[in-house]
Amino acid sequence: MTPARPPSHEQMTADLLRPLLRTTWRFFLLAAVCTAPVLAGLVAWATQAYYGFGVTGLGWPVYWGFYITSFVFWIGISHAGTLISAILRLVDAGWRRPVTRCAEAITAFSLIIGAMFPLIHLGRPWLAFWLAPYPSERMLWPNFRSPLVWDFFAINTYLTGSLLFLALPMIPDFATVRDNSTGVRRRIYGVLALGWRGSSAQWHRLETAMAIMAIAIVPVAVSVHTIVSFDFSMAPVPMWQSTIFGPYFVAGAIFSGIAGLIIAMALLRRFLHLEAYLLPLHFDNLGRLLLVMSLLWAYFVFNERLVTYYGNEPSDMAVFWRTQRLSFAPLYWTMVTCNFLVPLVLLGVRRFRTISGCVTASVAVVVGMWLERFLIIVPSLGHKFLPYSHGSYRPTPIEIVIAFSTFAAMALLYVLFTKLVPIISIWEMKAGATADTVRS
Amino acid sequence: MTPPLVTTSVQEEDTTEMPKWGMAVDLDACTGCGACVTACHAENNISTVGAEQAARGRAKHWIRVERYWEGSFPDVRLRFQPVMCQQCDSAPCEPVCPTYASHHTEDGLNAQVYNRCIGTRYCANACPYNTRFFDFFNPAWDKPLHLQLNPDVSLREVGVMEKCTFCVQRIRAGTIAAKADARELKDGDITTACVQTCPAHALVFGDLSDPDSRVSQMARAARGTALLGDLGTQPNVTYLQRQTP
Repeated sequence: MTPARPPSHEQMTADLLRPLLRTTWRFFLLAAVCTAPVLAGLVAWATQAYYGFGVTGLGWPVYWGFYITSFVFWIGISHAGTLISAILRLVDAGWRRPVTRCAEAITAFSLIIGAMFPLIHLGRPWLAFWLAPYPSERMLWPNFRSPLVWDFFAINTYLTGSLLFLALPMIPDFATVRDNSTGVRRRIYGVLALGWRGSSAQWHRLETAMAIMAIAIVPVAVSVHTIVSFDFSMAPVPMWQSTIFGPYFVAGAIFSGIAGLIIAMALLRRFLHLEAYLLPLHFDNLGRLLLVMSLLWAYFVFNERLVTYYGNEPSDMAVFWRTQRLSFAPLYWTMVTCNFLVPLVLLGVRRFRTISGCVTASVAVVVGMWLERFLIIVPSLGHKFLPYSHGSYRPTPIEIVIAFSTFAAMALLYVLFTKLVPIISIWEMKAGATADTVRS
Repeated sequence: MTPPLVTTSVQEEDTTEMPKWGMAVDLDACTGCGACVTACHAENNISTVGAEQAARGRAKHWIRVERYWEGSFPDVRLRFQPVMCQQCDSAPCEPVCPTYASHHTEDGLNAQVYNRCIGTRYCANACPYNTRFFDFFNPAWDKPLHLQLNPDVSLREVGVMEKCTFCVQRIRAGTIAAKADARELKDGDITTACVQTCPAHALVFGDLSDPDSRVSQMARAARGTALLGDLGTQPNVTYLQRQTP
């Protein structure tokens, strides 16, 4: 599956800088198409802030709905990047080179989007800073026993680490842009390149920093989604109090993250004409990884369900049957189909594991994983212990628009990013090509 | 010299004989009339939301009368169960609140500080009794209900959680009055709006740390049970189960 001939260094620089140096009307059209839903989402949020939470479909007893679903979903997607690229760097997988940056960018953007949802979801978002431990004149501190405070620290740590992890290997590429441009652009990228001259001391420092970050970010990523799962498993709610939620959520996060990465890579390949860089090999490898995560996810779901069934706790079983074969069953079995059956067929059979097969499976996984989070939250909250307090939830257009607009926001951030930063790391590609030449 | 930042008012107070407020509900006596619900709304300035919003789950009933039908026709029995915040000793709503809006007072109350609430609604999810209510709108009343607001109870703005306080304004007023008269609080000095209103005397309020108080005696009764007691929340409300068939 190796390409006929890898591009030369000059060809690489030219190909990978082209999106930065040449801008056509297509870019503005794409940016406008992505911006419109984002603006709609902002209007919807402003409406909610002005009129109060009554404009949503939330109500007693289901106080968490689309927003927390989207929060967990986007934090999950963020596990694409940093974790995958860090692990691939640590095991020194050669094929990672064109994949890492676009994966790390997904992490940074989906974390920013995911971190917005707790704010959107707050009853009084203007007081969100009370989560931060700052010396206030009233001597009040946040409640460190609350999983939401753990979330606050975990996500901030992960965001800081991911941004560093994304920014570090961009420095030599900023220098490349600086050296290949003139005028204002040269000055801006000159500042961003932080005085990069490519001396061996600088390379050594960069490699050391990358190695430290790659090792440090893995436990952070694992802890983040474990802590997100604690938002649920720490509360005495049927089907939430489960010891398996930590690893279950981490596995689900990596699963949805890989799916998001495959979709992003396929779009980049199509729109930026990177056929010579993002090869079928990369989709094949990531497809295998997605298949492994699909099996792992299925194992966790099976485990969670079987243990609940054998435990036979009445309140748990009420929620269990509600998802398994009552009102939420259509969504539940759609989730199982999207997350297990579709990937199993499309990625398990070698003939189907083409680029389009991988992308189809990934879209199914993204839909399935969104449903998974919804099915963890809503059926349980609507079916707690006292039968009198059973209830349901139906999202309003405000919530749907806000949830949808974040997908557009992701696309918009990505479109702008590819315009400003080479989406494939030029120096890493060259290093890889040199290594290949030496080896052969 | 700058004055110290923290005053020592907490230490000055006598905490040796702290009461432990509790309630008992005699399910045999409850007729399901709903007077407690009305009294609670009036006492605690609980805003009404209208029929349409109530159907969407926005009604706020700090105390509610749950109605359960038992048996199958024609042998059907109707049972009532008033449910309010159980003021748990081990309250699931308290540790999950990121800002301490939901916290435990020294006299065993499960307090909600409206001004400290940022509206994560996590406490309501954690509460197994679903006795916490979110303010989806700013408070409003149909006329002339707006003329009967209680000046001792603060209004809650949109975006915060509210719940039964055991009429903390009455507890504080009664405690201060007793202190001013330099006398001990007697059983029955302080009562909540729902208890005061209950025509069947199904609800009893008092100090559980006093073994002779009526509520203590009822809590010790053989019929006494805790609602969802197996969850380990250690509620301070005791339900006296029905003896009548």
